[in-house]
Amino acid sequence: MLSQKVAQQSLRRLAVQQPYALRWSLMNSVSPAAVALGRAVQTRHAATSSNSSDPTKLLAQQRLNRPVSPHLSIYRPQITWIGSSIHRITGIALSGSLYLYASAYLASPMLGWDLGSASAAAAFAALPVVAKVALKTTMALPFTYHCMNGVRHLIWDTGAGLTNPQVIKSGWTVVGLSTLSALILAFL
Amino acid sequence: MAALRTTSRLFASSKPLFRPAAFTRSYATVDALSQDPNPSEQPRVKTFHVYRWNPDQPTEKPKMQSYSLDLNKTGPMMLDALIRIKNEMDPTLTFRRSCREGICGSCAMNIDGVNTLACLCRIPTDTAKESRIYPLPHTYVVKDLVPDLTYFYKQYKSIKPYLQRDTPTADGLENRQSPEERKKLDGLYECILCACCSTSCPSYWWNSEEYLGPAILLQSYRWLADSRDEKTAERKAALDNSMSVYRCHTILNCSRTCPKGLNPARAIAEIKKMMTAH
Repeated sequence: MLSQKVAQQSLRRLAVQQPYALRWSLMNSVSPAAVALGRAVQTRHAATSSNSSDPTKLLAQQRLNRPVSPHLSIYRPQITWIGSSIHRITGIALSGSLYLYASAYLASPMLGWDLGSASAAAAFAALPVVAKVALKTTMALPFTYHCMNGVRHLIWDTGAGLTNPQVIKSGWTVVGLSTLSALILAFL
Repeated sequence: MAALRTTSRLFASSKPLFRPAAFTRSYATVDALSQDPNPSEQPRVKTFHVYRWNPDQPTEKPKMQSYSLDLNKTGPMMLDALIRIKNEMDPTLTFRRSCREGICGSCAMNIDGVNTLACLCRIPTDTAKESRIYPLPHTYVVKDLVPDLTYFYKQYKSIKPYLQRDTPTADGLENRQSPEERKKLDGLYECILCACCSTSCPSYWWNSEEYLGPAILLQSYRWLADSRDEKTAERKAALDNSMSVYRCHTILNCSRTCPKGLNPARAIAEIKKMMTAH
């Protein structure tokens, strides 16, 4: 009885003088109810693993091994970046084919090729209609898309049309208009 | 126990030591009492595929691990699902989180293909579709969903993100702004530097060493646009090279993905406009 009273008094004194110490000491002894409810406060008085080596060395070692997280393969296809990559690809295709044709044209007298417009028109006329339309579409579509998307870029450079709804709307407008105009060009 | 009861009365004004079980609830888990009153409700089990990589086993390749949760027992947000997985299924799952209300930017990650804050991203209720969670794209992975943002913060430091002026104000008091001048900073100062936009930018993926990326450029513009700052010319000179700003090719993934609804692309466009006017 006496010992209980002494313990009670000392606890009271501790509670008045250092309430936080008491609370922590109580919290560290986890009640079974808290464990059952998953509300136990975990305290680790010792490190779970020991590193005898220099920790900065360990960090440098880890940095060497760190993988790069996945990017292109996992990012959701959106009109923003898909449209931009198509713009780039069509730009490379258009300028690349121009360079190829122009340098071939330049070299044609020496190589004995006939790349003039008359012979090109004659060769094209000999193709069946389906091939004509298909060929013209594949030529026209990159051109129309790159042109119209280029206008979009010029507008952006003025600082206009950069909100999300505007970008999505103008992106799909360019896709629709360029397809339509490419088909019109193909059936001319 | 008598001792306990008397001392707990001393704490009556502060937080109770042991709350009754009925009122205890961690926010990631929906408590049985606060659940939908319809007991016949079918469990809505959704599968989450989470990117895992452990630095302690560096020879093992990163892999996707699947977890299935009943959405009836999970909070509404992706962060709730992650916390529940960590609490109840797999304590080794590692991710950053802090405020759970979209102001600290810790839980930025790629969820279902789009960079966002897990705490602001609702779990799609369609259980037929499985969710995929990756760390921020094209970052070095420290562990699981934790990216190494050291370089990102270094780039932020490099733009001197603080007010620079030499002349004191006329009355020696604070630097004042007109409401119009202050208005220019709206949509800029709210940025929490979560790195969602920068790591959504393909240009930043390929050129992160030299290109500053949308988040840092938005901050750059925040100081360029500030009427109180006197080092605008120096700030512009620091950006005047082919890499810092001009790797921006107006792809616009940044504005599309910003979880705070800001527009880094517009800020970069304004920087480009400022740079042309010397």
